[in-house]
Parts: sequence; C-alpha cells; structure tokens
Amino acid sequence: MVTFTLNGQPREVDVPGDTPLLWVIRDTVKLTGTKFGCGIGQCGACTVHLNGKAVRSCQTPIGAVAGADVMTIEGLSPDGDHPVQRAWVEEQVPQCGYCQSGQIMSAVALLAQTRRPTDEEIDGAMSGNLCRCGTYNAIRRAIHRAAELSADWPVLVAEAEQGGDR
Amino acid sequence: MSDQRAVTDRDGVDPTVESSGVSRRTFIRIVSVAGAGLTLGVTYKVVMGSVDEPATDAAFAPDAWLRIDEDGAVTIMVNKSEMGQGITTALPQLLAEELEVPLERVDFAFAPAHPAYRMPPMGMQLTAGSTSVMTSWEPLRRAGATARWMLREAAAQMWGVAPDQVSMADGSAIHPDGSSLSYGELAVTAATIAVPTSVPLKDPSEFRLIGTSPPRLDIPLKTTGQAVFGMDAGPSDARVAVIARSPIFGGVLRSFDPAPALAVEGVDEVVEVAAGVAVVANGYWVAKKGRDALRIEWDEGEGSVLDDAEISRRFQAAVESGGKAARDDGDVDVAMVDAGTVVSSTYSLPYLAHTTMEPMNCTAVVQDGHCTVWAPTQFQDAPGIIGGGSRQAAAKAAGLDEDKVELHTTFLGGGFGRRAERDFVIEAAELASKVAGPVRVIWPREDDVQHDYYRPASYHELSAALDEAGRPIAWRHEMALQSIMENWIPGWLPKFVASWAGFTPGGVDPTAVEGAENHPYLIPNVRVSWADVPLPIPIGFWRSVGNSHNGFVVESFVDELAHSAGQDPYQYRRAMLMDQPRHQAVLDAVAEISGWDTAPPEGRARGIAVVSSFGSYVAEVAEVSVEAGRLRIHKIWCATDCGVVVNPGIVRAQMESAIVYGLTAALYGRISIEGGRAVQSNFHDYPMLRMNEAPEVEVVLVPSGDPPGGVGEPGLPPAAPAVTNALFALTGQRIRDLPIRLG
Repeated sequence: MVTFTLNGQPREVDVPGDTPLLWVIRDTVKLTGTKFGCGIGQCGACTVHLNGKAVRSCQTPIGAVAGADVMTIEGLSPDGDHPVQRAWVEEQVPQCGYCQSGQIMSAVALLAQTRRPTDEEIDGAMSGNLCRCGTYNAIRRAIHRAAELSADWPVLVAEAEQGGDR
Repeated sequence: MSDQRAVTDRDGVDPTVESSGVSRRTFIRIVSVAGAGLTLGVTYKVVMGSVDEPATDAAFAPDAWLRIDEDGAVTIMVNKSEMGQGITTALPQLLAEELEVPLERVDFAFAPAHPAYRMPPMGMQLTAGSTSVMTSWEPLRRAGATARWMLREAAAQMWGVAPDQVSMADGSAIHPDGSSLSYGELAVTAATIAVPTSVPLKDPSEFRLIGTSPPRLDIPLKTTGQAVFGMDAGPSDARVAVIARSPIFGGVLRSFDPAPALAVEGVDEVVEVAAGVAVVANGYWVAKKGRDALRIEWDEGEGSVLDDAEISRRFQAAVESGGKAARDDGDVDVAMVDAGTVVSSTYSLPYLAHTTMEPMNCTAVVQDGHCTVWAPTQFQDAPGIIGGGSRQAAAKAAGLDEDKVELHTTFLGGGFGRRAERDFVIEAAELASKVAGPVRVIWPREDDVQHDYYRPASYHELSAALDEAGRPIAWRHEMALQSIMENWIPGWLPKFVASWAGFTPGGVDPTAVEGAENHPYLIPNVRVSWADVPLPIPIGFWRSVGNSHNGFVVESFVDELAHSAGQDPYQYRRAMLMDQPRHQAVLDAVAEISGWDTAPPEGRARGIAVVSSFGSYVAEVAEVSVEAGRLRIHKIWCATDCGVVVNPGIVRAQMESAIVYGLTAALYGRISIEGGRAVQSNFHDYPMLRMNEAPEVEVVLVPSGDPPGGVGEPGLPPAAPAVTNALFALTGQRIRDLPIRLG
C-alpha cells in the first residue's frame, strides 16, 4: 500500500512496489493524459511533476513516491488556461499531440525555475522530450511566449502545485 | 500477412464491364493522383461496396459529411485519421467555407469505419499518400454547398419568399427584411428538401476561410491531456495484453511454457494468437513482466541467415543480373559509349522504423457475436476483395461477418504510414475473441522498433554521361530493393484487382522507383530499372515512401554532376528544368530566401535539393557546419508549391515536420539486421533528433492556382540531400550511404 498525493487529492494504491508511477497513473488511477512512449526514460512522454520537479514517471517506482506530491497534465489547470497551455494554443504547437503532455510538464517545471529562459536553457530542459512530429521550434516559441504571459507566474505555479484549485 | 487477406467478396461481379443499375453497387471511375504513394499513373475502376449512408440521429444530415441539430450544433464528419497533420481542421474548413458557418461554431467527429467514407483515389477509407485535402477538396466543398442550398430552400419555404431573396451568412439564413433563422431552426425543414444533384461552388475569389489559418480545432484537447489516443480509448476496465513475437523475421511459434508467466503475480491468462503468445493482466506493467517471463521456442525459418552484409550482397547481385525497366528513353548504352566523361556512383540506404510516439496498440471486445474495436488506424475500411481495411481484417480475425464489427478511430499518436498496416488491429480482434471482456494490446517500444513494417533498405548504381558543357546526355539508375506492393497486392489476387492499385504482380513496383523514374531533369537518354529482392523482412509505407530513398539518391547524384562540371548546383539544376516551371519556381524561391548568391557565414556551407512528390514541389537549402567533429545543421529554408493552400499555417507546420523527420533519418536512422532480427530496440540505439539539434526552419509558400497537392510527405525527400550536399560543399566528403558518418 502506497500513499501519495495526485493533483492535490490523496491516493492510496495497492500495487507491487516496483510498478512505475506511469502505470499507476494510467492503469490504476485511470488518468490517461500522461503517455507511455519508451519505458526507458528516453522520450519524456511520461513526464510528471514529483514535488514540483519534472521526472520520467516510467522510471519512477511507486515505492519511491510514498508521501510525495505528484502532478500530471490534468492537475495543471482546471480549464487548460495555465500560461504554458495558453502559449501552446497561441503558438499552435501540437501536431499529433501525443508527446505534448510531457512537453508541457517539462516546460512548466523549467519556467518555475527560470522565469525567462534563454534558448540554451530551453535546450537543456527540453532535450529529454522527443517529438516525432518535429514541433521543436514551435515549442521554443511557446516557452518564450509563456514567459511573457506569466506576469502572475509565481502565484500560478504555487496554485498549480496545490492541484489547480483556483 | 497474406493469410489475412483472403478474398471475401468475389461474388461474380465483373468490374471490367461498365454497367448501370447494379443493385447496391456503384462503379466509380477514379483518377489516380500523380505520385501518390499507393497509386501511380493509372486510371481505373473500383468496385465499391454498399454505399448506404451511416445512421444518425441528427435533424439534418444531407449526406455522410454533415450533421446539423435543432439546437444549432454543426458537426462535420472527418473520414481521415488525425495523426498530426491537422486534418480535423483542414477538412472542416472546406465544408464550412461553402456552408457559410464560422469554423469556431463547428465541431468535428471521427467518421465510423463505413463504406460511405471510402474515397478516391484508392476507393478505401484510408489516410495515406498525402491525399486527404487533394481528394476532399471538391467533395467536401460540394457537401457544404449542397447543404447551404437546402437550408436556403427551407428558409424560403418557411418565409414564403423566393429562394433568391434569401442570403446565407454566419450560420443563418437572412430574410430581405433583415430577420434571420439559424441553421438549427432550419434543420427540420431542410431535412424534407430533396437533395439537389448539382449546386454551384464558390469562385475562389469569394473564399473567406480557405487560405486562412484559423486555430486548429484539436489543439485544446492536445494541451490538456484530453485527446483520446488508442492507448486511452475503449472501456476503462479493459485488461492489458503484451504479446511475445518471433524475434526472427518469418519465425513461427514451436512451443511455449506459460507457467513462468502465470507465476507473475497479477497475470490472468496466457493465450496463443497468430502473432505469438499473449499475456493478459489487469495492467501493462504486470502483462509485460509476464510476457518477458515466458519460455518460448521459435522455428527460426530461413530468415535467420540474414544480416546487413548478406542483404547487401543480394542487392548487388540483383542489380548485376539486371532489373525491370521503369523508364527507358533514348539509348543510354550508346550514349554512354560515345561520351567523353562518365560519372558513376553507388548509394545505399538502410531499413528505417517509423517510431510513432504512440507505440502500436489496439483495444477490442467481442460480445454476443459483435466486435467493437478502438484503433489508432490510418486504414479503416476497404472492399473485402483486396483483403479489406481494419474493419474487415478484424472481422476475419474474430471469426465474424464484417457487419458485426464496429470500428472507432481514435486520435493517432503519429502515423507516418505505420498505421496503414492492420497487424495491430488483427491481433487485438483475435485475442478479444478468445478472452472474456475488453482487452487492450500494447506494444512495448522494443516490439514497435523490432516488428515494424520498415522503409525498405535499397542499393543504387548510377552513371551519367556528360557533354563538353558538363550537362548529362545519358542517365542510368539501377536499384535493388524489396517490393512493398508485392506484400500488399499478392500475386494470387485477380489481375484486375492488382492493377486497380497501380501495380501488376511481376511488374515494376511504383513505390520502389517513384522519385527516380519520374525525375524531372531534361536528359535525352534515361534508363531507370528496379530489381526485386524478396526477403522475409517486413516492409511498408514510410513517410514519402520511394521518394525517401530516390529523392536522396537523385538529388545527391545531380549534385555530384554539378560539381564534376564545376557549376553552381542551383544553376545547374535550373538549366535542366527549363520545361518544369513549378520546379524552377520553388528553386528560385528557396535560392532567394536563403541568400544562395551570398557567402554563408565563416565555417558554414549550403546545399540545395528539389523534389516533387505527391502532387507538390519542394526545394530546400541547408546550411551546415562541422563543430568538434559533429555535423551541425543551422537552418533549413524550404519553398513549396503545393497548389491552392487551404490552411497555410498547417502547410508550414507539415513542411517543418517532414524536414525534421527526414533529418532524423539522415543523421541517425538505421535498422541493422543480424541473425534475421532487428538489432535496434528503443530510442537509446534508434535515436531521434532532439530539440538541441533542431535547426531553424523557414518556409515560404509559392503562390499557385493549381489544385491542392499533398503536404504531409513532400517536405521530406529534399531534406537529407540538402544537408549532405552542404556537407560536400563544406568538407568535400560525399555522403552516399545514410545515416551520415563524417569521414
């Protein structure tokens, strides 16, 4: 039995301790916004926040999550209006969209750390997230735009980490 | 896979005879689209199945494409699979343009698998060959215009005025006195109006939506995790299965011991299926652990002797023993003998996996003689006579009649041709027929990489004879590779069915030679030939298909000739394209935006390439440098003429997408074969271009009044040769094998 917080809600799951967080989120809790891409931490499609840090949930055994705060794309905002999500819409980033939950979670974690990231900082934070449709330049534009959109950023981050209850 | 393609619908109809009034059948003449991946250069007839309309509850549904409810909801049915190319926006734009309804008030829905949604040029419900907009361009505008006409008639009836007194705008009919009725208010009456057989379409000068880039209708779903992909679809209580597959291509199951899998806590059952051995559990993690624990013996078959060197030997031997001519202009042999200068090169390209971001998967349930399938498929429905689409294949696999199968298309986490195959649907339907309740088959990434239908590897020998000015007077291109169409259109099919797909078994496979036999350069003597090399390695349609290898080979070799003649590669190409204005226009445009005539920054060089595929014309310039022994691609300029542009934002995005896909192949793409199996297994050894390597991309759309061409694939073929041509200009190293290895 492992207890943790998911998008602000306490959760208790009964799965083997080596089960990756990804599959607890998808198969046990049935939240499907977090994606399976490679299973070896190479693609970033499964990126979620663990205590505010971007992690690959396919490489995070549920045993290591006990007591922690986990946030998925579903917890980012109630209406898709987080500044990063707004920037993603304004820049029309997604193509197939499968990698985009992970891209957005990585971008949110980056911007929480670095309010106005340079292109190099974006490369550093985002190069672990693959996009087979090649939306990289659009993602870069959207991150710069999100940095502009988030005048009220610290508040939004804090609220988002609380589960988006606004 | 031929066993999955039995003829199920050979009921004596002779489609070579044009007939009218054949019960429940329509003969449709289909003109193929030049260069489309699946069908080339042939005009043919297709036997269509029943064309009954799909059922709907909507108040007004004049055809399969549109539903208008009394509450005013407008739903446009999308019969194409959305796999990144924005088709749930571009197709509604076409219909909404004529319907006179704002796009933001339109909803889209994925059409069910149904014969009403089969379309030219293939006569299938299939998303492939960059054909979606080109084939929907006219019928969807016509559907919108037809509905608008009926709604106007309805308003005229309700108001008791002549129809020409009623104007239509913004989702409403407007009375001469200024009052209005919304489409929702008109829906019930409109449904009583006879569907007109012919309505006028707008003049392009009247377009207000076509040619604009409204926000994509699918993007809000894709920024919030709400888009339902195959992995997310179907009953939430579906169990998960992972299948053990023969690691050797062509291997078959000899025996297995389920006990170690069943010993894994949480594994429910172990079931033999045609694809191998399925382990079923209540979640992926346990199912995968169970699958990995299975003890299995495979009959390896003849494939186990294959490796890269052996395949290469077979390719070379095939070229030496001569192939089939795909094009034979003039007399190449004589011209070669007479020429002063002959340039010769060999090129070879590897197998490539598609690696869609969403690994293969499919969900199915069989209950009470009925099968429901949720599939991220590019290929929903097709006449049974050619083996059918996913729906027909699922029916066969589940042992049911076709009309007992309901197939729902999900969002696709990438397609690129991989999801035009039906293997992942077939195994889910078969497994669902053997277990209780819904089941989702999920492929680990390793299965996805090692059991793909790969872009075929190929080997090319080229020679050109040059005149005193350095221009080619003869061009010979001999290639060897496996045939995709031999797999899709097996030899036992009736000949008329095979030729329907643009391919005669035993003839030249158009997908092998496209981009080579139709190269655009003005050369008096040209011979292009192809030698088939049957191998048990599964191959299929990979973004831009034959153009993906031939575009690279032709544009690299032309570049070699330009340098051999000491001429500028842009001007050299241009001079050989005097009768190809669209090629010239994109070349000129890309030369202009890239500043081709100006020197690149210190330490960098530029390369150029131009390829026409899928009805569109694309020229690209790459600017590269080598830093610390690594190739760096700084920028790609791209100019395209893809005919009338429906949505310029989407076209630009598709060009950039295809460029990144092509660069990934150029830099990294290689599936090696060892002991009859694929060596690479996941992104650590089959890498993708990442953000820190992605070049800046600038796209210019060359204005065109021609009908729409494709946009999903044509950006890809010029990308690799533009880069390797730039590398040659920089370092003098000519890359003739991909992926690129710096010398």
